Amino acid sequence: MADANSATKSRAAGGPGAAADDQDPIHILWINAGLSCDGDSVSLTAATQPSIEEIALQGLPGLPKIAVHWPLIDFECGPVQGADAFIEWFFKAERGEIDPFVLVVEGSIPNESIKAEGYWCGFGDNPETGQPITTSEWIDRLAPKALAVVAIGTCATYGGIHAMEGNPTGAMGVPDYLGWDWKSQAGIPIVCVPGCPIQPDNFAETLTYLLYQAAGSAPMIPLDDKLRPTWLFGATVHEGCDRAGYYEQGDFATTYDSPKCLVKLGCWGPVVKCNVPKRGWMDGIGGCPNVGGICIACTMPGFPDMFMPFMDEPPGAKVSATASGLYGTVIRRLRGITAKTVDKEPRWRHTGRELTTGYSKPW
Amino acid sequence: MAPTPTAAADGSGLMEMSWDPITRIVGSLGIHTKIDFKQKRVAECYSTSSVFRGYSVFMRGKDPRDAHFITSRICGICGDNHATCSVYAQNMAYGVKPPHLGEWLINLGESAEYMFDHNIFQENLVGVDYCEKMVRETNPGVLELAERTEAPHAGEHGYRTIADIMRSLNPLEGEFYREALQVSRYTREMFCLMEGRHVHPSTLYAGGVGTVASVQLLTDYLTRLMRYVEFMKRVVPLHDDLFDFFYEALPGYEEVGRRRVLLGCWGALNDPEHCDFTYRNMTDWGRKMFVTPGVVVDGKLVTNDLTEINLGIRILLGSSYYQDWEGQEQFVTRDPLGNPVDPRHPWNQHTIPAPQKRNFDDKYSWVMSPRWFDGKDHLALDTGGGPIARLWSTALSGLVDIGYVKATGHSVVINLPKSLTKPETTFEWKIPKWSNALERNRARTYFQAYAAACALHFTEQALAEVRAGRTQTWEKFEVPDESIGCGFTEAVRGVLSHHMVIRDGKIANYHPYPPTPWNASVRDTYGTPGPYEDAVQNTPIFEENSPENFKGIDIMRAVRSFDPCLPCGVHMYVGGGKTVEKMHVPTGLSGLA
Repeated sequence: MADANSATKSRAAGGPGAAADDQDPIHILWINAGLSCDGDSVSLTAATQPSIEEIALQGLPGLPKIAVHWPLIDFECGPVQGADAFIEWFFKAERGEIDPFVLVVEGSIPNESIKAEGYWCGFGDNPETGQPITTSEWIDRLAPKALAVVAIGTCATYGGIHAMEGNPTGAMGVPDYLGWDWKSQAGIPIVCVPGCPIQPDNFAETLTYLLYQAAGSAPMIPLDDKLRPTWLFGATVHEGCDRAGYYEQGDFATTYDSPKCLVKLGCWGPVVKCNVPKRGWMDGIGGCPNVGGICIACTMPGFPDMFMPFMDEPPGAKVSATASGLYGTVIRRLRGITAKTVDKEPRWRHTGRELTTGYSKPW
Repeated sequence: MAPTPTAAADGSGLMEMSWDPITRIVGSLGIHTKIDFKQKRVAECYSTSSVFRGYSVFMRGKDPRDAHFITSRICGICGDNHATCSVYAQNMAYGVKPPHLGEWLINLGESAEYMFDHNIFQENLVGVDYCEKMVRETNPGVLELAERTEAPHAGEHGYRTIADIMRSLNPLEGEFYREALQVSRYTREMFCLMEGRHVHPSTLYAGGVGTVASVQLLTDYLTRLMRYVEFMKRVVPLHDDLFDFFYEALPGYEEVGRRRVLLGCWGALNDPEHCDFTYRNMTDWGRKMFVTPGVVVDGKLVTNDLTEINLGIRILLGSSYYQDWEGQEQFVTRDPLGNPVDPRHPWNQHTIPAPQKRNFDDKYSWVMSPRWFDGKDHLALDTGGGPIARLWSTALSGLVDIGYVKATGHSVVINLPKSLTKPETTFEWKIPKWSNALERNRARTYFQAYAAACALHFTEQALAEVRAGRTQTWEKFEVPDESIGCGFTEAVRGVLSHHMVIRDGKIANYHPYPPTPWNASVRDTYGTPGPYEDAVQNTPIFEENSPENFKGIDIMRAVRSFDPCLPCGVHMYVGGGKTVEKMHVPTGLSGLA
């Protein structure tokens, strides 16, 4: 979407936290060339709370002006050696010509030092050598100059699927690469938004928060010890799953198309920090265990290895599900009795000449 | 500030230019070229991908039931196609046939994926190449003409002139651009209704789906589908007007991105009445798919037999960063019908990465070179981004006939029913004269209507099952100790195959082949260039800019017409001992553009 300057002409001035019109924009430099699938980029286009166009065109009050350099939908597409080259923005940032900027990294970071030559992943070419500039080299060049570094998706945050056991690239997350205690020059830790892919609104919301923080209208973004925004990742899947009632009653699905609790069929929801069943996937629609898809824990640092084979019952679930099975059977029976009682209307709802509601009629 | 070109020693006029990474595609792709500005042609082109992850390596030894969860992560825009294809391969390997309703729900999910993906790519990624802002910067003369040209179908889409259409496509400011973003959202909601979430599905399993089938589920889908049907009644004529205009405004534009008709389609959207997922019957149920498989060469249908298609696949090396696997163990020597299987077939492939420096005279990409062997030649098939191959193959076979769509042998007729404000409408996609950039784009629009029309049929079938009380959507299975499986479908961008070998109950070999390895493939052992390379080489340049301000819009239109889905690059050079003029990246750029 290139820079949004041209699209911000008519923004109303004033109001609390509103940025001045002549203010330099905050640049967002997006590197999608980690070991990635671009799924987090694509997912963000599904966000509606807020949407990308609302962020880019300052559709919320007090958002600072931004210029986004995002490969997925960027207008610029000129040749490296000519006009309007997309990659030039990254060289400008390296030279200190754009400030401030937020660096967004998508995809895991391979270990480039385990091989004699070549590259596992690159982003743009080095004009001196004609060889690709590796993604880790870009992080080395840009992270020290960035206002904040944001890792989008479980690959960039913790390594994810491409860091699976047996992988040839030695992949890792951005905090593994830069250090978990790393802080930007502005004192902001790496901000991790996990998910495979990210839940669209989760990322849009985090980005919006950071922009408000940059505009001076929000305090330091609250993150947990795995660098996740606490308001998004504070609860477990199970705590927000509408099938938990079946769990409590010890009523478990034995086939994947059952509407009951999937914990015996591979759902890891009780121990996974993620808000998808509570929030839905987009505009409240979709999800995982709430709609029949076992939770494979795709937001977690231990993903995927700690959760495979995905379709086996989690070992911890065996004990708790058995306990719930005993207790739940009794509860279910008692509820069944009550349910019959409340499934009937009171006896005074009827036709006829007599009023039996208990009202003393004056006529 | 304009870049400063260095003086060429011989004044040949050839320029070395590269686009790396290319924006408005999925993934990181580089195109490296040599351009002859005097002749206004691209002299040479190299496509390069700079990301390697190694799925085939780290999947070995894993539980086969994990395969669709893992392979979905191959791609962030069509991951569900991988999950689906993997589920098909697993169904074959486990010998399980899902309930009919499970299959209809998968078809509805996959149809929504086509509707979403083609829409967002066409309007928000490719569309920008044809928007007013871009045309003004590359061909001001064309924009002037567009201002004066009335849109023939203005009555249907509401834009009076071609320039009005172009303005509506301007990024973010354009009205149609923003509407398309919204459409990409409700189509993803349709997808999520069926497959849980986008793009990596949560409710797909071998044996069917975990989606709870109900009247509500299908009503929620159908109401959104009809909004999309109404939308397509505007979009098909809108794009016909826009693309037809380019032929008119720039005589010769049919040569942009043109290559020989060498199209592959592996078929999509199974009919549960026929598909039993056995290899033995694959030829028959393959022909019952709602998108007919086929290999089309020079306009002729070579085959629509999935078994023959399967056995013809070869994976060549030549310019890729891998060690060859010649002499390594062969996993599958004969298919379940007793046919010999080639050592270069995906069932027998070994992926051995060999990272090294990029050298355009030798090895220059992480992409391999899939080819289709017709008995004589290793054909560098392309998918044209998917839709053109699907429509072409389906049209020629003449097998699909479900009312909403009908293949005639020379065309595909799409019937859309009455919607809220528009009457019943029929579109006919006719086999085009060329396999070029504009026709790939046009086919993408028609296929959106095709997918919507198919989805109407699937919704009716699924509702009939639900109303009859047949709500089971998943079937139990056992994982055998030893087995093989293959899955075939059409990802959004074209051919997709998954080949799996199970030994001791674990994955012994797994090789997915999405469309982009075919399209973005590189020069093979025989020196045959891949489809992007072939299509960009010799592409004429119509851009009005001088070399200093050159954007390469015609090259970008050629590449994007294939809907690339990974990092790639073009390199234009002269060869033949001529000196190449290089343009330097300016160092004095500062401030905002």
